[in-house]
Amino acid sequence: MNKKKKRLIMRSVILAVLALAVGYTFYSNLTKEARGNLQEGDQAPDFVLTDLSGEKHQLSDYEGKGVFLNFWGTWCEPCKEEMPHMEKLSKEYEGQVEVLAVNVGDSELQTKKFAEQYGLTFPIAIDSSKEVQKAYGVNPLPATFMISPEGKVEKVVIGGLVKENQVRALFEQVKP
Amino acid sequence: MGKVKCECGHVNPHGTVLCESCGRALTEEAKKEKFHDMRYEGSARRSQTYNKTIVDKVWNFFSSVKVGVWLIVLTLIASSLGTIFPQEFYIPNNVTADTYYEDTYGIAGKIYYMLGFHDLYNSIWFIALVASIGVSLVICSLDRVIPLHRALKNQRVARHTTFMKKQRLFASREGTIEPQEIGKVKESLKESRYHIREEDGSLLAEKGRFSRWGPYVNHIGLIIFLIGAMLRSVEGMYVDELLWIREGETLEIPGTDGEYYLKNEQFIMENYDKEKDSEVFSEAIEENGVIAKNYQTDAILYRDENRDLPGAEPELVEVKKEDIRVNEPMKFDQFALYQNGFSQNEMKAMEFMLTNKETQEAVGAVKIDLFNPKDVYDLGNGYKVELLGYYPDYDGIGKDGEPKTKSPVPNNPAFLFNLVSPEHPDGEVAFTAIRQTMEPMGETDYKMEFSNIETRDISALTVRKDLTLWILALGGTIFMIGVIQGSFWAHRRLWIRQVDGKVYVAAHTNKNWHGLQRELDSIIEHTSIPSPEDQQASEQSGKEKN
Repeated sequence: MNKKKKRLIMRSVILAVLALAVGYTFYSNLTKEARGNLQEGDQAPDFVLTDLSGEKHQLSDYEGKGVFLNFWGTWCEPCKEEMPHMEKLSKEYEGQVEVLAVNVGDSELQTKKFAEQYGLTFPIAIDSSKEVQKAYGVNPLPATFMISPEGKVEKVVIGGLVKENQVRALFEQVKP
Repeated sequence: MGKVKCECGHVNPHGTVLCESCGRALTEEAKKEKFHDMRYEGSARRSQTYNKTIVDKVWNFFSSVKVGVWLIVLTLIASSLGTIFPQEFYIPNNVTADTYYEDTYGIAGKIYYMLGFHDLYNSIWFIALVASIGVSLVICSLDRVIPLHRALKNQRVARHTTFMKKQRLFASREGTIEPQEIGKVKESLKESRYHIREEDGSLLAEKGRFSRWGPYVNHIGLIIFLIGAMLRSVEGMYVDELLWIREGETLEIPGTDGEYYLKNEQFIMENYDKEKDSEVFSEAIEENGVIAKNYQTDAILYRDENRDLPGAEPELVEVKKEDIRVNEPMKFDQFALYQNGFSQNEMKAMEFMLTNKETQEAVGAVKIDLFNPKDVYDLGNGYKVELLGYYPDYDGIGKDGEPKTKSPVPNNPAFLFNLVSPEHPDGEVAFTAIRQTMEPMGETDYKMEFSNIETRDISALTVRKDLTLWILALGGTIFMIGVIQGSFWAHRRLWIRQVDGKVYVAAHTNKNWHGLQRELDSIIEHTSIPSPEDQQASEQSGKEKN
């Protein structure tokens, strides 16, 4: 009887160890994909970029304000559509929500010309090393990350924001 | 559930087939069989429990060799299914899996994708299959090696005559054996490296028992190998990335967490040359035309000293300068950079001549860096070229009348120039693309004439880090030790017993019966001890005669 109990415990322990190993394998395999991909609710990775006028912008400096972090390129058609909304609302929400546009892949000339053409006044930085793009796991453009005053990713929008209302709702979401 | 007490007095675990001590058959089936199944020495390999708990049920499921074999067969079938079409990892970058398989392979491709075979080796069920094999290996081994070890440890010298009779090699005769003959046989057995145990006139000679552990050592190696494979999915253990880097570019090396940067000084591709290379190559060159000799990236490795936030200017300190060739990676830390691929002649800069159309006179040259074009190119003497627009991958004119670009890569660069000359201080607007010029604001007196192009190569490097390699090597080595242990040695035993005026001789080996018989023949020769004969062989030849 005692022996039977001992064996049961022994088997349970061995099976538990095996289950643990298998479980960990599953866990690490299934999270492999998600790793590096930013999800809503995650802490937004801090970064520092220099904008076209030479000013440095560090994300953590914006604590206490919402941030509209937009990744874009001049060749991307939907990016062009959302720029005017961003420009308009950045003025409206000044001091509450900051717009930070990160250009991916263009040269300075193109970015400057684009900003002039669209009359953009919010800071635009070029992520020439693509490090910020990688940190946020951005692939298709445009990609917008709404970052709360506490520095959390509130919302991730992949694709163009066609309507002003859409953009306004995003601004409202991260307003302090 | 109780123990089984043998007539000889030994207490065996429940489920034992042959008594661990004397070898008497304990079950009805064993009593009836012609030869005893000696694979596990008739030990209780799967202890039965009457009150089967869930733990016992799981245990018994995995302890079955039949289940183990099925798991292996299923894994084999699944693995081969994954090779029918290329895995998602290998399909071109610019297409998505959901359309690629159907477009390329038709309906079969669509089904393939729908069933998830496009990413088979990372799918849950495939990992589950492999993991089950691992579990089965552990439990099968434990369930067999422990009773087997017990049975071999407890075996008595004097085996019961029924046990001896049911061994494949067996002989008996009336009478007794002289002690000096026993002594002689013992001598020759010792010469053949047998360990000898004696008990009132009975003798057990045994050698090579450790070969019985071969399969289990082999399984331990396999389990270690599987653990190594499992660790690959753990962050930081395994990195396999691709870095596309242009000549002159300095980029962060992916997978190094921003610690290392690499500069591509230049990419070199060399072909075998009939004139310069040894004559032995000339025939092959004639037959095949161009044969590549070398793919090489001259690279400089830097460490980022400040390792600041993403986007921050790195503070690069040169670590080393090395040429990366195929099979000659650059190694640093635990990483290795391998030459993997290349793309030649990407446009880097374009040179134009500002030319007076009428006189065909060139005013000056303008070289435009396609990755960092300037606003204004001043040629002096009142001549100036202003760049109004740059479209690196020109794709026609959009709906809004603006030239469009498909991507930020200079595949088909186009420019909107404003040509300022003393005659036209406000400039003339000209649109210049490859093999195409337009003058959207009316005819111009000057034009930008294409004169030269600068190209550069892009090198593709594989970034590899594998901390699991030594575990895989260890597992593989142990696996091989098990194989060698089990295949190059045999577990041989000889029993001699005298009982009731009869002499019994039996022998057992786990393989190479012929070898054992020959060895015993030479040992027992010239004694009155009967040489054991292969009962199975004589039975077969008897059958044939009938």
